[in-house]
Amino acid sequence: MYTFNYHKATSASSATALIGGKADAKFLAGGQSLIATMKLRLAEPSDLIDLAGAAELKGIKLEGDKLVIGAMTTHADVAVDALVKSKFPALGALAELIGDRQVRNRGTIGGSLANNDPAADWPAAVLGSGAAIVTNKRSISADDFFRGMYETALQEGELITAVQFPIAKRAAYMKFKQPASRFAIVGVFVSQGAGGVRLAVTGAAQSGVMRVKAMEDALAKSWSADAVKGIKVDASDMNADLHASAAYRAHLVSVMASRAVAAS
Amino acid sequence: MSNAIGQRLERKEDYRFLTGAGQYTDDVNFPNQSYAYFLRSPHAHAVIKSIDHTKASAAPGVVRIFTGKDIDGKMGGLPCGWLITDVNGQPMKEPPHPVLAIGKVRFVGDQVALVIAETYSQAKDAAELIEVDYDVLPAVVDTGSASASKTAVHDIAPDNVCYVWALGDKAAVDAAFAKAHKVTRLHIENNRLIPNAMETRGANAHYSRADESYTLYVSSQNPHVERLLMTAFVLGLPEHKVRVIAPDVGGGFGSKIYLYGEETALVWASKMVNRPIKWTCERTEAFLSDAHGRDHVTEAELALDKDGNFLALRVDTTANMGAYLSTFASCIPTILYATLLAGQYKTPAIHCTVKAVFTNTAPVDAYRGAGRPEATYVVERLASAAARDMGLSQEEIRRRNFITTFPYATPVALTYDTGDYISIMNKATKLADVAGYEARKKASAAKGKLRGIGYASYIEACGLAPSNIAGALGARAGLFEAGEVRVHPTGKVTVFTGSHSHGQGHETTFAQVVSSKLGIPVEDIDIVHGDTGRVPFGMGTYGSRSLAVGGSAIVKAADKIIAKGKKIAAHLLEAADTDIEFTNGEFKVAGTDKKKTFAEVALTAYVPHNYPLDKLEPGLNENAFYDPTNFTYPAGTYITEVEIDSETGEVKVDKFTAVDDFGNIINPMIVEGQVHGGITQGIGQALLENAVYDKETGQLLSATYMDYAMPRADNLPNYVLDTTCTPCTHNPLGVKGCGEAGAIGAPAAIMNAVVDALAAVGVKDMQMPASSHRVWEAMQRAKMPAAAE
Repeated sequence: MYTFNYHKATSASSATALIGGKADAKFLAGGQSLIATMKLRLAEPSDLIDLAGAAELKGIKLEGDKLVIGAMTTHADVAVDALVKSKFPALGALAELIGDRQVRNRGTIGGSLANNDPAADWPAAVLGSGAAIVTNKRSISADDFFRGMYETALQEGELITAVQFPIAKRAAYMKFKQPASRFAIVGVFVSQGAGGVRLAVTGAAQSGVMRVKAMEDALAKSWSADAVKGIKVDASDMNADLHASAAYRAHLVSVMASRAVAAS
Repeated sequence: MSNAIGQRLERKEDYRFLTGAGQYTDDVNFPNQSYAYFLRSPHAHAVIKSIDHTKASAAPGVVRIFTGKDIDGKMGGLPCGWLITDVNGQPMKEPPHPVLAIGKVRFVGDQVALVIAETYSQAKDAAELIEVDYDVLPAVVDTGSASASKTAVHDIAPDNVCYVWALGDKAAVDAAFAKAHKVTRLHIENNRLIPNAMETRGANAHYSRADESYTLYVSSQNPHVERLLMTAFVLGLPEHKVRVIAPDVGGGFGSKIYLYGEETALVWASKMVNRPIKWTCERTEAFLSDAHGRDHVTEAELALDKDGNFLALRVDTTANMGAYLSTFASCIPTILYATLLAGQYKTPAIHCTVKAVFTNTAPVDAYRGAGRPEATYVVERLASAAARDMGLSQEEIRRRNFITTFPYATPVALTYDTGDYISIMNKATKLADVAGYEARKKASAAKGKLRGIGYASYIEACGLAPSNIAGALGARAGLFEAGEVRVHPTGKVTVFTGSHSHGQGHETTFAQVVSSKLGIPVEDIDIVHGDTGRVPFGMGTYGSRSLAVGGSAIVKAADKIIAKGKKIAAHLLEAADTDIEFTNGEFKVAGTDKKKTFAEVALTAYVPHNYPLDKLEPGLNENAFYDPTNFTYPAGTYITEVEIDSETGEVKVDKFTAVDDFGNIINPMIVEGQVHGGITQGIGQALLENAVYDKETGQLLSATYMDYAMPRADNLPNYVLDTTCTPCTHNPLGVKGCGEAGAIGAPAAIMNAVVDALAAVGVKDMQMPASSHRVWEAMQRAKMPAAAE
């Protein structure tokens, strides 16, 4: 790890004030990707603004027909939250599948979304449920937020404060894990709610998290596992690595989608 | 005092480990200590045109920087401990293995420079300023095609062949194949593994000007061997001036047997800078630079008669040595491999050819099992494949071929002293509820899952090794073990052993042995290991040898204590030496109630007021060396069931039953722990672990835990374990060794189950690891009409 300056924010406004004017500063929102990258000397931020002390960024609440999760809420807290369990259990189930116990206890939903790892779990839930990402400046719809691998709509110094999930009538997440990292080789989040049917896939595509319109259309007509099982996605858009070829990922999208529907 | 042997005693060492009181190499610190970082090659194969460390040497905190130029001509290379003679009678090719790369780098991770600084971060920062001008060369990566490559890893081996070696009667094998009713053939790739001890390697070396001595703390499985190789073959230092201490060691699995360049460089440099130097390997460094395991490509053929009797076995293996010959690399795919190809079977004729090749990859050496898992994998995969070819069950073909009379001389140079393979099989099939398998298979099918059952009946040769036999086969070392039993005046005992515990629980097992010998409580016995300054000598721990060889040395030393104690007691009790019996910690005059306790005799030995000083020395302290007369032959049958998701290819291990014959057992709990660990590593090899190099560039693609899949609890079923016992006939404890069995038997059992399950969808074979991806691809290929043969 290279040396860096550490700053502790106590609120969202102190965090954005601290990051201003620094050469290559980053928010530290759990650090489960960033710290590991820094330890490998693959990232060299000049300053870290630690958000762990900003209490207002943590917590889960119900606002009308939306479940609002503070950006600094850990995966572990989402996984065991009673409100999540009763209003949107698929989110808790997804959080339970992230990383390992250590990661879940430190990693946060805001950190995960800002990082937008192409195999992370939260982007599937956010895109697959039509959630909105609330920042210190605006609200960004899921469809506008994800801009490809590790790329988001966030501007310099912009801070995610919360995520608003419209409560779905039914939803489920099905994840096929990479055996070493336990990230998603393919993760499919499917939901049906006021905004209609949404189905998002993480881990599979070169462009990061994506919706599969053909499957959404099929499910809108008939909500059944068989409705999506036969729908293929184009393998040429898929990632290929040591653990899964593009063809295997494409195949798994159909399998995981049908299993997610069956589980919803 | 009840007999401590056979008791499930909790491990004496666990309190310190579980409460953070262990003392590992990285816990050791000295005043004025400096820190080392090794700059490693980013290329698999390159000429080092120049190294400029002017800027780096001027960086903050830098003490000294050494490169290959600084050591060239000042020390030898790292030696290989086993000479293999080629089929043409020529010695194997032994290319130089410099402590720091000289002129060329040969694998990604090869040490290029040693940077010593005031802090570790400063050393690492400075290393980034070293300018190395490389001329990158094509890399030799693939095991199977290395000998056909136009690129040579070493000039002395233009075809990259280290040796071609053979064992067995080729003519007899050819004749048997000519008259075979059926021949079963398999192409087998034994995947490369990275050992991944929980504690990475590390060292801390310092030089004392006061007495011109060196002390090295190092995470090692055998400190005496480390010292001998380092002083006699590399640094030319007086052996008695170097003390090597391997304190608590957090796992080795073979990877810490070897003498590595890092600690050798540290010892040498500690005098140059006249400061202690500490180095702790980082995890990715460990992936790159620890000696790896396995990496064989094999063509194997089994000839059978019409009744399924094995007539002959023909095996042709290419073994990857990596870029340099690690300490015992040469003997693993030969002496510890081909000799095991008889397995548990009376196959009358066996012939094996082994071609060892150099590649631009990390050196490959012993990894838990070392040669024996590779042999078991060949024999047991063939046995199950042959069963399918012959229309027999996996159980039946094994029963028809089991060796049933002992001692049994195999056609591949070993003599099994004892065993009872039928009893093992009987127990295993019962425990595994083989009778209920068909019902479970149907239940799986109803869920859309493919269920398969796999058997493996392994044998291993442990208790390494009779020194004279090893010497005749090319070993450059003896393979005895040393032990010392020091009885203190109060009757408490310290035992010094040349075996080394890095997870095996010797502090408990050996104390149980001594407790039962001397009749004193386990709490009164401490086991000391891992220090050349305290232990008389030692060959260390590997090859499941500690109890069979190291334990036997301790028993011999304890026998000497008892013999001397009898003389002291006879004097005190005014009886003849021959009338003294020693039982339960008491020296008694036979047939009387006259007796002296062990503590009374111990005190007399050190306060010899009433003592036969004219014929007996005071004191009660005995040394022994034990050299075994044969290997030991643990054997077992493992039966496993897997369930495969036919949509995703995911393999789930549903049941795992292991019945082992380890001879007598000292602590069943510790033995079960060893079997659990071994099976887990075996399942890891079969389903998850894979060290993958890019075939073109030689970059290690699986260099972190993000890509190298270790087995975790949720990959594993609960294991059902049991044992049988035919005591070893030639060591005093009747023990055989248990440390490697699980890793030897499990891969074949799992893969036989996977292949059995996949037979239903037309898949004929599968290589390790049977990852979901590979299984799915195999199922897809089997679906394609073109794939139908």
